[in-house]
Amino acid sequence: MKPDSASVFTTDNEARAVEIISWFPRPRSAMIPLLHLAQQQDGYVSDAAMRRVGELIGVTTAEVKGTASFYEMFRFEPVGRYLINVCTNISCLLCGGEELLEHACEVLGTEVGGTTSDAMFTLEEVECIAACTEAPCLQVNYRYRGRVTNTDFDRLVEDLRAGQTDIPHHGVLSQVHQRTDAEHRAGIVPPEQAREAPVWISRNSDTQAGD
Amino acid sequence: MSTPHESDGYLAHAPGYVANDGPKLITSRFEHSDSFTLQRYLATGGYNGLQAALRATPQEVHQQVREATLLGRGGAGFPAGVKWGFLPPGKHPYYLVVNGDESEPGTYKDRLLMERDPHQLIEGCLIACYALGLQQCFLYVRGEMALAQERITAALNEAYEAGYVGREIRGSDFSVDIVMSQGAGAYIVGEETALIESLEGRRGMPRLKPPYFPAAVGLYGQPTIVNNVETLSNLPWLLTNGAEAYRSYGSETSPGTRMFAVSGHLQRPGVYEVQHGVTTFRELIYGNNYCQGIRQGRELKMFIPGGGSSPWFFGEHLDLPLEAKPVGAAGSMLGSGAIVVMDDTTDAVKAAWRVVKFFARESCGKCTPCREGTTWLEQILRRILDGEGRPADIDLLLDIGDNISPGPYPAAAHGELEAVPFPPRQTTICPLGPSAVAPVVSTIRRFRHEYEAKITRRDPIPVMAVPAGAAL
Ligand SMILES: Cc1cc2nc3c(=O)[nH]c(=O)nc-3n(C[C@H](O)[C@H](O)[C@H](O)COP(=O)(O)O)c2cc1C
Ligand code: SF4
Ligand code: FES
Repeated sequence: MKPDSASVFTTDNEARAVEIISWFPRPRSAMIPLLHLAQQQDGYVSDAAMRRVGELIGVTTAEVKGTASFYEMFRFEPVGRYLINVCTNISCLLCGGEELLEHACEVLGTEVGGTTSDAMFTLEEVECIAACTEAPCLQVNYRYRGRVTNTDFDRLVEDLRAGQTDIPHHGVLSQVHQRTDAEHRAGIVPPEQAREAPVWISRNSDTQAGD
Repeated sequence: MSTPHESDGYLAHAPGYVANDGPKLITSRFEHSDSFTLQRYLATGGYNGLQAALRATPQEVHQQVREATLLGRGGAGFPAGVKWGFLPPGKHPYYLVVNGDESEPGTYKDRLLMERDPHQLIEGCLIACYALGLQQCFLYVRGEMALAQERITAALNEAYEAGYVGREIRGSDFSVDIVMSQGAGAYIVGEETALIESLEGRRGMPRLKPPYFPAAVGLYGQPTIVNNVETLSNLPWLLTNGAEAYRSYGSETSPGTRMFAVSGHLQRPGVYEVQHGVTTFRELIYGNNYCQGIRQGRELKMFIPGGGSSPWFFGEHLDLPLEAKPVGAAGSMLGSGAIVVMDDTTDAVKAAWRVVKFFARESCGKCTPCREGTTWLEQILRRILDGEGRPADIDLLLDIGDNISPGPYPAAAHGELEAVPFPPRQTTICPLGPSAVAPVVSTIRRFRHEYEAKITRRDPIPVMAVPAGAAL
């Protein structure tokens, strides 16, 4: 049975969605953060979640899907609890990234792009993750490990299996959320409602080209 | 509030940043384990640049940035003060978009600045907003950077609470909101118009030019300044100490310092803050203060001077200073401050293929020369590597390259800094397509024999003896 789209997000996440939207002059700008919120909740982005995101920001489900599919991080089917992304781009290639990826395939018993049968791990080959001086490197659910030897990799997999890391399940990015009430904000309004020069500019307006 | 994720000891194990004895304008707090907190920030001169800015008029602040010749650190090296001047008068609201999408192969410095000193970046944003009358700031952080997102968000929460961001900042009439937003995995979103599309909740594809600068038409069609994380992180120091002090570091045309990620076959790879314009590639690669030479005493074969998009350099370029003009005159660019060093064990064709594969994978597909061309380049290189290259392949690679980016690449790198020629010579909407040509042309020029050796190397084809009289 299809879930009713209003109950796709938990009550907490529904509130967070509204909060996220409130930070942008136009609701549609919350698209990517809301898709991340959905992925954080379920580990992937479901059709129902895309429908709900569309409702929240006032666009069609098709537009949400069309946008979401452009971005590599969004998954539309469940993946392993831990997504392991091994970089093989240039700096990592020079320092053993391909060999590390091969080792990872062997240890996990899966192909690149595959998920282990216990649904614990999905393995991916990725492009530069901005840790090039620490090559070869990888991310587990977007948390970094650098200068990874085969032994390090084996230990990491053991620790993850044993639940001995603080790495959250796939989909969780920032665990800190921006919260400031309206009273302390400067005020976020659509561009049509902000046509006046800001006060600290108009006060200096005699010399300001902008006014 | 939950505490930011420490990524279990990752920083201790693989720190990335390596301190040196040079001046520290933007990495001064990196030595502290709590460098990302408001408490540490305030104890080390934090928000003094903002206070100095608030005591001056917006125009004076803009003038300081102009006088400092603060060059953009995102890739193009365009002077921030000049770009800021492109805002059309009276078309409010104006916005600030911070480019924290760092994903150019070899580039690793914006992430450090976001993770280790988020308040410095926030203060930089505030100074820019004050100077230009920008009404909201969007900090767009690459999707894959969970820790950077946490650190920035936590810092914003602290800064709002302490009255450094938001309504009537520190009792003044200056008010601005800053919001952390995220990407979701797409290199092309680093291109500023694609970034704006993404921030509007769309597929991150570059917009057609003109207009060349989002300063004219940007977010929601409004005038928008897009600056790189490192560019903005310079502003607190600059406003605290003044343009003259800033100019006392680095060279005349490239003042201040810059962060360089130096990776590859090195004794001590790392991210170093170095004086812009005066330090040479040789010092950075071989200097005791920096990378300490090629690993295990091997020889240098080639290096990428400015990230995956830049044409490659060789031994004869080592004495060039880290400065836009001479590097441009020599046919490349400093780009995103990413130097990738390859020793004499490196297979030139394979290295070029890997960079091209990146661009082929990341092409957004909007224009044909890039979408088709990068894929062809990648496939031809792949077959050469697999021993299936054809004699005409080298010319074919050059021909495809010429279709994407006719003439010398990058055209922009040969010009005067003050007048970056726009549009650059390319048949594409953005420079991603031309970027894929750089490694191919660089390696064919220098190591044609390696290509030829791979192409002519044929595994002997077993000839089956045909029985006499058999029907063929
Ligand atoms: C394909 C492509 C990718 C880019 N990626 C980045 C990036 O990841 N970060 C960045 O700051 N600038 C990137 N840029 C440059 C931006 O378009 C823009 O010039 C820059 O953010 C402006 O900031 P700056 O003037 O402070 O350097 C990229 C440009 C292109 C063409
Ligand atoms: S050059 Fe490539 S990445 Fe840039 S707009 Fe065209 S297809 Fe997209
Ligand atoms: S090349 Fe692997 S992190 Fe940059």
